[in-house]
Amino acid sequence: MAGTGIGARVERKEDFRFITGKGNYTDDINRPGQAYAYFLRSPHAHAKIRKIDTKKASKMPGVVGILTGEDIEKDKIGGLICGWMIHSKDGSPMKAGAHPALAVGKVRYVGDHVAVVIAETLAEARDAAEAIVVDYEKLAPVIDLAGATKKGVPTIHDASPDNQVYDWHLGDKAATDAAFRKAKHVTKIDLVNNRLVPNAMEPRAAIGDYDTGEGAFTLYTTSQNPHVARLVLSAFIGIAPEHKLRVIAPDVGGGFGSKIFIYAEETVCIWAAKKVGRPVKWVAERTESFLSDAHGRDHLTHAEMAIDENGKITGVRVSTRANLGAYLSTFASSVPTYLYAPLLSGQYNVPAIYCEVEAVYTNTAPVDAYRGAGRPEATFVIERLVEVAARELGMDPAAFRKKNFIKSFPHQTPVIMCYDTGDYNASLAKAMENHDVKGFAKRRRDSAKAGKLRGLGYSAYIEACGIAPSAAVGSLGAGVGLWESAEVRVNPIGTVEVLTGSHSHGQGHETTFAQLVAGRLGIPIENVSIVHGDTDKVQMGMGTYGSRSGAVGMSAIVKALDKVEAKAKKVASFVLEASEADIDFKDGKFTVRGTDKSIDFPSVALQAYIAHKFTGQQLEPGLKEGAFYDPTNFTFPSGVHIAEVEIDPETGITTVAKWTAVDDFGVIINPMIVEGQVHGGIAQGIGQALLEGTVYDASGQLVTASYMDYTMPRADDLPSFHVDHTMTACPSNPLGIKGCGEAGAIAAPAALMNAITDALGHENIAMPATPQAVWKAARASFAKAAE
Amino acid sequence: MPKVSMSVNGKQVSGNVEARTLLVDFLRNELRMTGTHVGCDTSQCGACVVHVNGKAIKSCTTLAVACDGANVTTIEGLANGQDLHPMQAAFRQHHGLQCGFCTPGMIMAAVDMVNRLGFDLSEETIRHELEGNICRCTGYHNIVKAIKAGAAAMGGLKVAAE
Amino acid sequence: MYAFDYHRPASLRQANNLVAKNGDAKILAGGQTLLPTMKMRLASPSALIDLGALKELSGIEHKGRNLVIGAMTTHAEVAGSALVRELVPGLAGLAGGIGDPHVRHKGTIGGSVANNDPAADYPAGLLALGATIVTSKRKLAAADFFTGLFSTALDEGEIITRIIIPVGAKFAYAKFRNPASRYAMVGVAVAKRGAKVAVAVTGAGADGVFRWAEAEAALAKRFNAKALEGVANPAPKGLNGDIHASAEYRSHLIGVMTKRAVTAASGK
Repeated sequence: MAGTGIGARVERKEDFRFITGKGNYTDDINRPGQAYAYFLRSPHAHAKIRKIDTKKASKMPGVVGILTGEDIEKDKIGGLICGWMIHSKDGSPMKAGAHPALAVGKVRYVGDHVAVVIAETLAEARDAAEAIVVDYEKLAPVIDLAGATKKGVPTIHDASPDNQVYDWHLGDKAATDAAFRKAKHVTKIDLVNNRLVPNAMEPRAAIGDYDTGEGAFTLYTTSQNPHVARLVLSAFIGIAPEHKLRVIAPDVGGGFGSKIFIYAEETVCIWAAKKVGRPVKWVAERTESFLSDAHGRDHLTHAEMAIDENGKITGVRVSTRANLGAYLSTFASSVPTYLYAPLLSGQYNVPAIYCEVEAVYTNTAPVDAYRGAGRPEATFVIERLVEVAARELGMDPAAFRKKNFIKSFPHQTPVIMCYDTGDYNASLAKAMENHDVKGFAKRRRDSAKAGKLRGLGYSAYIEACGIAPSAAVGSLGAGVGLWESAEVRVNPIGTVEVLTGSHSHGQGHETTFAQLVAGRLGIPIENVSIVHGDTDKVQMGMGTYGSRSGAVGMSAIVKALDKVEAKAKKVASFVLEASEADIDFKDGKFTVRGTDKSIDFPSVALQAYIAHKFTGQQLEPGLKEGAFYDPTNFTFPSGVHIAEVEIDPETGITTVAKWTAVDDFGVIINPMIVEGQVHGGIAQGIGQALLEGTVYDASGQLVTASYMDYTMPRADDLPSFHVDHTMTACPSNPLGIKGCGEAGAIAAPAALMNAITDALGHENIAMPATPQAVWKAARASFAKAAE
Repeated sequence: MPKVSMSVNGKQVSGNVEARTLLVDFLRNELRMTGTHVGCDTSQCGACVVHVNGKAIKSCTTLAVACDGANVTTIEGLANGQDLHPMQAAFRQHHGLQCGFCTPGMIMAAVDMVNRLGFDLSEETIRHELEGNICRCTGYHNIVKAIKAGAAAMGGLKVAAE
Repeated sequence: MYAFDYHRPASLRQANNLVAKNGDAKILAGGQTLLPTMKMRLASPSALIDLGALKELSGIEHKGRNLVIGAMTTHAEVAGSALVRELVPGLAGLAGGIGDPHVRHKGTIGGSVANNDPAADYPAGLLALGATIVTSKRKLAAADFFTGLFSTALDEGEIITRIIIPVGAKFAYAKFRNPASRYAMVGVAVAKRGAKVAVAVTGAGADGVFRWAEAEAALAKRFNAKALEGVANPAPKGLNGDIHASAEYRSHLIGVMTKRAVTAASGK
């Protein structure tokens, strides 16, 4: 499609600065007189702090100040919060321990924040940190997720003596149990959803700055949602009231969820800036990112599927234990509950579902939302169940899926969600066609001739995006509303600034949002700029996560554009001396219906500001409108991914031979950008299934604390991907957008593990399927074949 | 503190630095050229790749003092004002970047790849040669496409100039 | 990094003098291992003596029956050298598989040999090829040079100047990369010179690079991957185990990589 409107593959407006080295990331910013922060972190997973002796360190060269948990407590700076209340089965609220920004009395994971040293240079800060003497009393750590609540294990937080945060459930237990009693066949699986470290390439960073003249703070930080950061730092942590606290999230180098949260480091930097009277800068080293960024996933799950004599799924029963780490991160509690269990119906008509989730503390880094957040875990459960069930029943996995697909909409699942639209058969058929599933048998034979094992696996995923209707999430325990805001400022010469509460950290909003605005107003895309990431410039907004910026953020822009157009029509009616009802707006032109009288958009903008053609009583001058959009439903992107692998049983190396994705994202604004989102998501999903394992040893040391041991997907680990789409427009928002940011990461792990287990001929392998794991599993395959 | 002088993107620069100053810190903190990034501390991510005397190296694993007298090219030195280097243009055209953080290192690595291996690069070669550059956003799909196209464009330019 | 003094001698003689004067100084070759180690504050030399200006230590020559490679020759130079590709092509392959392209532009053969990282590639290659390590003081056979994990026969202050590699062997190196670090998890170098076969294994041994005598004996009889079929892999006891590979898996991979190296060395 030519042009720059909706559906066009427009090159990104933001790219020029990135490809010429002119991006403006937090670490690229320097404030006059800034000092550097270095955090002294706990070397122990679990210990009491008897004493912190900073005497020697404070006399070291360049030291500006050393601050500890005692200091932050004295200043009445509050602890970090978890903003989603979950209630246990018995109705009791979750048991949340305090989360001080600097440890008070106790450390609870390796990397926990013990003290901050602020010095003239980073090297001096680090030198001094090494001279701090901390007297620890080591405590036994709780590392093993399965055993975290066993009788006699040490208590991590007094608020939760048995380390259980909540014991939650969703669905109708009695109905589900009844379905299982009547089932012809029951499939049972045990799954590990491995812990991941997000690893945005830009490490987290923060600069705190305090203006003594204004009594106002500015925080530059790597955030996906600067307004939420300001809200939390103001209202809960108590740094300063909102009008005295500006949060700027400039260019941000990837987030994937990990930059949603309000962390200790930025809290300390902004607080310390006033305390030491200097701007304070902190930039994470990669090892610090590994230790202290919120991790993702980490579930142990037992899942069962009941199937009747006709091959129809009649029930799904799931029991999950979720690791939340040592403290509750900002949205940690919602991820294994309301972002997870409501998706356990998948794309299938399942009459009865019951899910229980026990969330626990361990002496490991906090766990929170990571790309997909709960939904990859749900898809992994349901898509592994479906695949294994089909195998057990001797049915073709695609045919089994088809038989059980939801075919009419809207569809109310037994677990909260009401799917509005979709066509699951269409995406499955297209994916099978694009993948050449028919040719697989031959490809498998050819692999076998070369001594290789070939397998094919499906993942028919669904996700709930466009997060979220505020009242709905409020009723489920969310502490905030999840609407989005926009302001469209038309300048007198007809150029436009759009202020959005969304935040772009790779998603290309500066282009996609501009496509919408330029197309709607009939102006060149160069004349539109998107402003985001600064609480002083942009009205309150909720930020970017959960594939919400298109469906929610752009809907807010549409609402504001509606108002702009309505106002502009009024202006045009005065200029064209016609009735407002007779004015049409199309392709950037206002015309008087049935006449040749017209005026273009920039001229109307000018007329709005010079205000010569109407009086103040008739119309307010100016052309600037704002809107808040609160979604009426979640959106339900869905699709089918097909993975094909070839395993070298001699070495255990798995090669991803072929990957096909067909997604239904509703209306797509910029296919180039959407495809890019899918590619990246698939890579992260392949990373989870094949490469990325987070390992804590028994003492709680993070063994995989650098790229030496944590396997990041590299170019030669991955194939090129075949990405295609089907389309059913989303009925609940004005643009018909469903969202695309997380789909790949949600779909991929199940597809890949289904392919690997298909190749192996048995189910006995967990993620990540590293060469060592696959080698072992392949040996078991041959042993089985020899029987 | 030792004095160090070098040519950066054709401009002679000098400064007094501690011996322990890395080239990337000299570029970012002394010269305030912040296009070169740091994404890890184990010399693996490649966000810091620059060219020293015409060869791609990791500026996080190179001492600034050891580059005394060297010719350094950074991402800021590729374009001529608004005129992009063909590899930069290819990254934009093929959506070879999302958050942009790994991009300077990717582009510098890609140009080096072409310098060593020529203008006709296979997908397999490109993927193999990217071993020292990590991207978390793109799944590499469009980076590979961009490098292939950028290499061909560099070849076209060379032919055109001849 | 901790602070240190920096010296950049203009000649080997100057370098030797500086080394003699600075007790706990370290020699900086390509720095691709030393600098990351120092960044993590795991090493704190008082001074670095940078050999980067010593042109005399760089370059590749064909001298008689030997390839002579200067200690400061980079991996990229070895990998790209027409001489090496012609005379010991497997060594060019080995060098071209070290680290990544950017690391290969800086990392040097001398640095790699001096460090003797148990997961480094050169030690296995040089051991199998029967190379000689020439230092500022003496000549050492590779077999005498590599003495254990990160340890060599080098005396304090002794500087490696060049590596002498006899040509004329059938040689190949097969590596199984650690999926994360891309270092050798198991690397096997195989060299057949006349009737003699050497098999050297890196990445796997608890004491660093080692020769696999049983495979050598079998391959001396018949230089073919099939000759290894009856040979038991080195016992897991004595091999490394970590999160990426147990000792059992490494033991298995030694067998696989040896076969692949033999096949490659035979030119098949």
